[in-house]
Amino acid sequence: MKERAQLLLEIADDELILGWRDSEWTGIAPFLEEDVAFSSIAQNEVGHARALYELAARDLGTTADELAFDRKPEEYRCSELVELRLPEWERTIARHVLYEQADAERLARLKTSDDAELAGLAAKIDREEVYHRLHAEMWAERLQAEPRFIAALDELRPLVDRRKGHSPELAELWDEMTSVRRSQPAGTKW
Amino acid sequence: MVTEAEVWKALAEVADPEIPVISVVDLGVVRDVRIEQERVHVEFTPTFLGCPALAVMRDAMAEKVRELGGEPEVEVVLDDSWSTDKITPQGREKLRAAGFAPPTPREAEAPKLVQLQSNGFRCPYCGSRDTALENIFGPTPCRSLRYCRECRQPFEQFKTI
Repeated sequence: MKERAQLLLEIADDELILGWRDSEWTGIAPFLEEDVAFSSIAQNEVGHARALYELAARDLGTTADELAFDRKPEEYRCSELVELRLPEWERTIARHVLYEQADAERLARLKTSDDAELAGLAAKIDREEVYHRLHAEMWAERLQAEPRFIAALDELRPLVDRRKGHSPELAELWDEMTSVRRSQPAGTKW
Repeated sequence: MVTEAEVWKALAEVADPEIPVISVVDLGVVRDVRIEQERVHVEFTPTFLGCPALAVMRDAMAEKVRELGGEPEVEVVLDDSWSTDKITPQGREKLRAAGFAPPTPREAEAPKLVQLQSNGFRCPYCGSRDTALENIFGPTPCRSLRYCRECRQPFEQFKTI
């Protein structure tokens, strides 16, 4: 597989799977503002994934939808951090903080890439991620002395860039995420 | 044969599906219009990549070009060339009149939490700057929620990007 497509898929998979996990708070976040915030962040991450898949699809001669939904769970390149189903708020916030830090560093590198297309898209994504980071920063400050939050940071930190294999939770998520598409042949009109 | 000016005029009638008071031209997302015989090439940049209105806007622009008798070719440009600074002065006024506070100008540095939490943002209803951040996120990716302490009215503030 082309090197650029591999990199694009790694980021796109992170954003798609995290977007899916974030959307699990829709309707059940601790309070209304966070319901809105996590839903909006989820929508934005999936939008980033779409743009990245489109670029990768051009390199690989396929489509964004096929890359997002027609691969097998073991073919995804996302990190273990984004795969986990985290029904606890402090672990969700810890993941949010860790992911946004790592993503900011990754985007900063890509923005200076010689590949103008990649650098341009990274710059666009980075402008939007600023608001995710501010949200993470606000929560990190609020929970900084909370022992459960500190423990969650310690627990999840090693998973940030762990990309060898997947947790069983990815297969469960994949099953849910692709069920509609698998029930209908490609190209079905709704 | 259709002219570039006619295409721009027609696109100025394509409303943003989520904020119908403003057109795609007011929003500054139409970057270029080029005519090559029957083919009308329109370059457009999304506001936010997660914007669900993207496909709706693209299809509405293509439809307008078809109405003029042209063959549309709408290209979505995925780079950093759009900024909220590209919203036209008329567009900003239309937003304000509809209760959406227009974005503050983009600065060299990315926005900071302390800036968003300051009271530098003006209420679109009464003009007071005594407003507070309620939520960085709102009903669409491009907006935040604020509250005006002066006229006690919540309002939506465009994010600066």
